Amino acid sequence: MHRYIPHTDEEIKEMLNEIGVKSIEDLYIDVPKTVDDYNLESEKDEFTVKSEILSLAKKNKVFKIENIFAGAGIYAHYIPTVVEHLANDQRFVTAYTPYQAEVSQGTLQALFEYQTMMCELTGMQVANSSMYDGATALAEAMLMAVRVSRKNKILAASSINPEYLQTSKTYCTPQNIEIEEVKWNDNGTLDIEDLKSKISDETSAVVVGYPNFFGIIEDLKLIKESIPEKTLLIVVSEPVSLTILESPGKLGADIVVGEGQSLGVTPNFGGPGIGFFTTLEKYVRKMPGRIIGQTKDVDGKTGYVMVLQTREQHIRREKATSNICSNHALIALINAIYLSTMGPEGLRKVAKMSYNAAHYFAEKLKEKGYSLIFNGPFFNEFAFDAGENYYEKWKKLAEEGFLGPLPLVKVLPNFKNCALACCTEVNTNESIDNLLKHF
Amino acid sequence: MTTIFEMSKKGRIAFKIPNNNIKDYEFDFPEHLLRKTSPRLPQVSELDVVRHYTNLAAKNYSVDVGFYPLGSCTMKYNPKINEKIANDEHFSMIHPFQPMETAQGALQLMYELKEMLCEISGMDDMTLVPSAGAHGELTGMLIARAYHLSRGDTKRKKAIVPDSAHGTNPASARMAGFEVIEIKSGPDGRVDLNELKKHLDEEVAVLLLTNPNTLGLFEKDIIKIAEMVHEKGALLYYDGANLNAILGRTRPGDMGFDIVHLNLHKTFSTPHGMGGPGSGPVGVKKHLSKFLPVPEIIKENNTYKLNYSKPESIGFIRSFFGNFSVLVRTYTYIKTMGKEGLKKVGQMAVLNANYLRKKVSKIMDIAYPGLCMHEFVSTCEKLTKETGVKALDIAKRLLDYGIHAPTMYFPLIVHEDFMIEPTETESKDTLDEFAKILGKIFEEAKQNPELVKNAPYTTPIRRLDEATASRKPIVKFNFEGE
Ligand SMILES: Cc1ncc(COP(=O)(O)O)c(C=O)c1O
Repeated sequence: MHRYIPHTDEEIKEMLNEIGVKSIEDLYIDVPKTVDDYNLESEKDEFTVKSEILSLAKKNKVFKIENIFAGAGIYAHYIPTVVEHLANDQRFVTAYTPYQAEVSQGTLQALFEYQTMMCELTGMQVANSSMYDGATALAEAMLMAVRVSRKNKILAASSINPEYLQTSKTYCTPQNIEIEEVKWNDNGTLDIEDLKSKISDETSAVVVGYPNFFGIIEDLKLIKESIPEKTLLIVVSEPVSLTILESPGKLGADIVVGEGQSLGVTPNFGGPGIGFFTTLEKYVRKMPGRIIGQTKDVDGKTGYVMVLQTREQHIRREKATSNICSNHALIALINAIYLSTMGPEGLRKVAKMSYNAAHYFAEKLKEKGYSLIFNGPFFNEFAFDAGENYYEKWKKLAEEGFLGPLPLVKVLPNFKNCALACCTEVNTNESIDNLLKHF
Repeated sequence: MTTIFEMSKKGRIAFKIPNNNIKDYEFDFPEHLLRKTSPRLPQVSELDVVRHYTNLAAKNYSVDVGFYPLGSCTMKYNPKINEKIANDEHFSMIHPFQPMETAQGALQLMYELKEMLCEISGMDDMTLVPSAGAHGELTGMLIARAYHLSRGDTKRKKAIVPDSAHGTNPASARMAGFEVIEIKSGPDGRVDLNELKKHLDEEVAVLLLTNPNTLGLFEKDIIKIAEMVHEKGALLYYDGANLNAILGRTRPGDMGFDIVHLNLHKTFSTPHGMGGPGSGPVGVKKHLSKFLPVPEIIKENNTYKLNYSKPESIGFIRSFFGNFSVLVRTYTYIKTMGKEGLKKVGQMAVLNANYLRKKVSKIMDIAYPGLCMHEFVSTCEKLTKETGVKALDIAKRLLDYGIHAPTMYFPLIVHEDFMIEPTETESKDTLDEFAKILGKIFEEAKQNPELVKNAPYTTPIRRLDEATASRKPIVKFNFEGE
């Protein structure tokens, strides 16, 4: 007997009888036997499993949240207790894709509300109910831009998250979509002259970070004005920043994507997070991913269903707008619960406090003689010259209990001795001062 | 149910953020980039949040609520210890950009999991990065592409996919730049070797196969198929969504597959989370190892590291290292089950499916005769002809009896069908009860077809107007009239 398998020997016998076979072996007549005994450990009781795995877990260092100064795509924010509590409700966790809408209204309504919240933050008209992560959301945004414009060149700012750019190249190359990079200026913003010189009739979209990977706030208005009307503007954004920054929708974006981990999701060593994906109504049929819509039932009661499924893989198969099936719906739910808990004022306060903390940190660093790499305006992240051997210093900082600013060489080999610092609302005056003692 | 936006009252808060004692800095970016109107997020109290989401949860059917015989989805029980361990802060609170010296536990777990999954699938190497089955398929197809290109074999532009395949297979192959050739299944529901032969030429890069296939049938000729494919220089890809059936009996690697993806959120008991997140590791035979995406986890002198310099790799397929917390659940599950437990999973899944098939065959036709693996496909075409009651109607009526409907209208080659997968964690009593209720609904359909056609009656809402919902999509809350 095994605790997850309910069959008694007596029942197994009865069942075999009913089937009309003598043994379990007889059920496998079609299947060649190639293993009998995996080279794996034997089953373990719960005590042992727990103690073994948790002692493995203890080999990971958990930094005090106020001592985390690295971001670069995954952010340490405080997560209210209600968020974790509600997100662990097993009626959400153990439910499947809402194929039977009548008994999935919890999932469907929550995702509908999530879509609404993401539209509010980004200023866009439609959102899907999730992609795998920020990188795949951007890759799919590029594929969508090509479907919309039927042109296959993309101009992407070199200052977007390097892993997003790499992922996009992996997705785009086999479809003969060419991604060309656009330089940044000394102040860290997109080089408009370089952009203009590279744009052509073949350009389907321009991709820009807002804020970009270096934390710099791009002038979306200027970028929009610098590209032809038919060229799509794809914006990769950080959702928390959008309570302070004018929404990309208002500034002319066609697609806004990004990573939603900062909205109530634990860092999880980088996954799962969630890719959010929003766009304009006119493109809804070209959009990837699941979309939830509102409708009425036969009694006139409001309810929710998956809509526009004819775009999807299970109907269009090889002509589908994307192959996505399982997505990150549960994380979308967490985002929705977090946003409901914070409300507009709460989220804005998170953003403002993050901004203040980062600016305080930068100011103090400058007082100590460190210089920022770029002098453009930044949100809650900034790059600075951290001096010789910063990589070793960073490891030392970890021993002192600080997750220090990310050594940029880890993602951009040319940035020796540079660091990308990040602050959120959890970094206090004191924690920043304590870190600064090591600089 | 009222939306959270309708509950909202200006000024209410559910959470108070403490001050970090840092002075206020003026915004130093251009005025036109400063947000002028606040996003209309809900303004509610903490109790409002708790009630809203708890009431929504109550409107959901889930594995913890009842029987969920969705074929191909493998809705098995999700052990609670997996959740507990995955939520431990030493896993959930670690940052992907902390020094790898401080994340050795996480890397060791991933390394060991990779080895265990290689053993279970019979492959030589594995990446844990893909985020779902379809993401694994795309990864696998990109590997196939890279393999042929690396050999200068540029004319291999086709991918063969049986008509019984899951929709993600052709979609993923297409995304990787292949032309998709669909081949018809034979009368026994399996790959028709003649049909395969007809399409197998030097332009074929890869054959995508699920085994057992989506009809719940084992491709008996798999060794022959592998030979045929390899003879032509193509690769054989395994969609591991149905791995549950063959656990402890055979391995894709032993059958001749070159590339395989596993659905950790199926076989390895990770909850499906209303549609995800999942995880879709991809395993390969040795000759394809160099094409796996980055990063790769390696072990050097008892230290675990990430290797990003793989010149022939397909590159990044997402950021960071995959859906780590799903990997923790899988690792926990495999440790708990052990080799004996995993074998038992396969056996009991197959026993349950065959038992239920036998019971269901007394009520509706089974699409393909004979033994099945962990799932089977049945059809109510006869009933539909007699009474007008469709598979959809029966599905809805099942909801009235508190049971989730099986997968409907898939695979596409069977009409008015149900694809039923009980999984190993359901008891004989549950299966008996399901068969009893199904029989009762068939009686109802014959006696009073209208009753069934108008079902469900007892669910939070009744049948929805899906056509209008897609014709004129309303995809967000309408704030107008505020
Ligand atoms: C046979 C088969 N292949 C592939 C997939 C895709 O997996 P995922 O939903 O994780 O992307 C599924 C999932 O439904 C499946 O049943």
